[in-house]
Amino acid sequence: MREELLSVIEKNSRINLKELAVILNTDEQKILDELHSLEKEGIICGYHTLINWEKTSIEKVSALIEVRVTPQRGQGFDHIAERIYNYPEVRAVYLISGGYDLLVTLEEKSLKEISMFVTDKLSTLDSVLSTATHFILKKYKDHGTILDKKHTDTREIITP
Amino acid sequence: MTKSLSSKVINMKPSGIRKFFDIVSEMKDAISLGVGEPDFDTPWHIREEGIYSLEKGKTFYTSNAGLKELRQAISDNVKKKRNLEYNPNDEILVTVGGSEAIDIGLRAIINEGDEVIIPQPSYVSYEPCALLADAKPVIINLKGENNFRLQADELINAISDKTKALILPYPNNPTGAIMEYEDLEKIAKIIIDNDIYVMSDEIYSELTYKEKHVSIASLDNMKERTILIDGFSKAYAMTGWRLGYACAPKEIIKQMTKIHQFAIMCAPTSSQYAAISALKNGDKDIEMMRTSYNQRRRFLLNAFREMNLKCFEPYGAFYVFPSIKEFNMTSEEFATRFLEEEHVAAIPGNAFGDSGEGYLRISYAYSIENLKEAISRLKRFVEKLRKEQK
Repeated sequence: MREELLSVIEKNSRINLKELAVILNTDEQKILDELHSLEKEGIICGYHTLINWEKTSIEKVSALIEVRVTPQRGQGFDHIAERIYNYPEVRAVYLISGGYDLLVTLEEKSLKEISMFVTDKLSTLDSVLSTATHFILKKYKDHGTILDKKHTDTREIITP
Repeated sequence: MTKSLSSKVINMKPSGIRKFFDIVSEMKDAISLGVGEPDFDTPWHIREEGIYSLEKGKTFYTSNAGLKELRQAISDNVKKKRNLEYNPNDEILVTVGGSEAIDIGLRAIINEGDEVIIPQPSYVSYEPCALLADAKPVIINLKGENNFRLQADELINAISDKTKALILPYPNNPTGAIMEYEDLEKIAKIIIDNDIYVMSDEIYSELTYKEKHVSIASLDNMKERTILIDGFSKAYAMTGWRLGYACAPKEIIKQMTKIHQFAIMCAPTSSQYAAISALKNGDKDIEMMRTSYNQRRRFLLNAFREMNLKCFEPYGAFYVFPSIKEFNMTSEEFATRFLEEEHVAAIPGNAFGDSGEGYLRISYAYSIENLKEAISRLKRFVEKLRKEQK
């Protein structure tokens, strides 16, 4: 049940307990218990909402920053990653294989704020060797969901 | 003018669904529970294979029986899923949907006057195809109290010395019924005792929600008398690609291939290339869709329970078949009023045979959100009818 429960609420975290119990063929108490232990185990880390900010009048600028760093003895990349992810404006930090080490995603109100973050905060960290900043121009698909395109049912309305 | 047309065709009843379709298409804002095809798009890797085949200029006929590589993949798949071995060289034919396989399979085995046993409610094309093949259809009216599974005594009563074949349509459209191993065992014994063929239409074989599907061909001494039909439409959400197949003894495939060769030539080439990818890499797609169908199936059954609408639990395909007998009206009256008053289209059960009278076919090839809206309208409608009855 665990895997199916996770994949259902990954797509729709607002689904109610009763409906979950019906479609997963179990009872509400069991779902509740499972959700609690998933939260406790840190498997469920939050219940967020996927927002397409482009459609609002609120200005948001997002960037992906490639960061090359010197790993530290005994700590690897964990310490420097922590230094970076503690900034609230940082949305995500991933350790990446390949040409650079960390991928940092950032969301700010303006281009200027992002460049200030990179020049003032990120680049000045001791173990940061270099950065490359890419601004996101348009989000087509996010968290497995295609944004900005409504799915229309083009099937014949009745077929045998 | 009509005297110059085929009387065989003229005398064929038009599909009951067609009639209902004409009413539905008048209504612009109707929501539908009436489709017989998946709501999922064909998985992208399959579509991509179709696109590549066009880019590479694979735009010619294939061999009549279908691409060798596809027949090999079908053979492997049937072995994997049903533990049945069919030789890709002469025991498999790739057809234009399962529908073509039904048509030419019947034409390949029937002599004029032979009887073909058709359990109903079932898919709309068996009876007309049997008629076109000059067979006499013998209908078995399956019963709700048996959850629409074919019973041994029903079959025995339908068999005569003219019986040539039984059509076995499970998992079933429109009822969602399945036949399990124990059910098939009894049927197989009668089939063998009476020396008849079985056309086993297993187009929904991947969509079962209890045990894995069992093919009657996998029972002892049945493979040699079974035409097994399956295809890509339901399992891989590929209805528009028009691709199915038949697996049967080579004597039968040889005759079917002749008809196919003259009537069709070969199944669409780009669809065949796409289908290879479906069989080789499509298991996780099926799993994802089956999980989703199963959730919707549970959702609907629970909703029927809550509104006290009688419905047996179906374990196959993507249909539920609730009984509307308590309302003392025909399926068509019910469906028409439901459409007119609540703007929801569901197909009256009698469109699939007389024994479907008193039932409604509801498809769950829709998102839960769509189903929720439709079900809330059904609930309102049912409550209204119950008030009227008092």
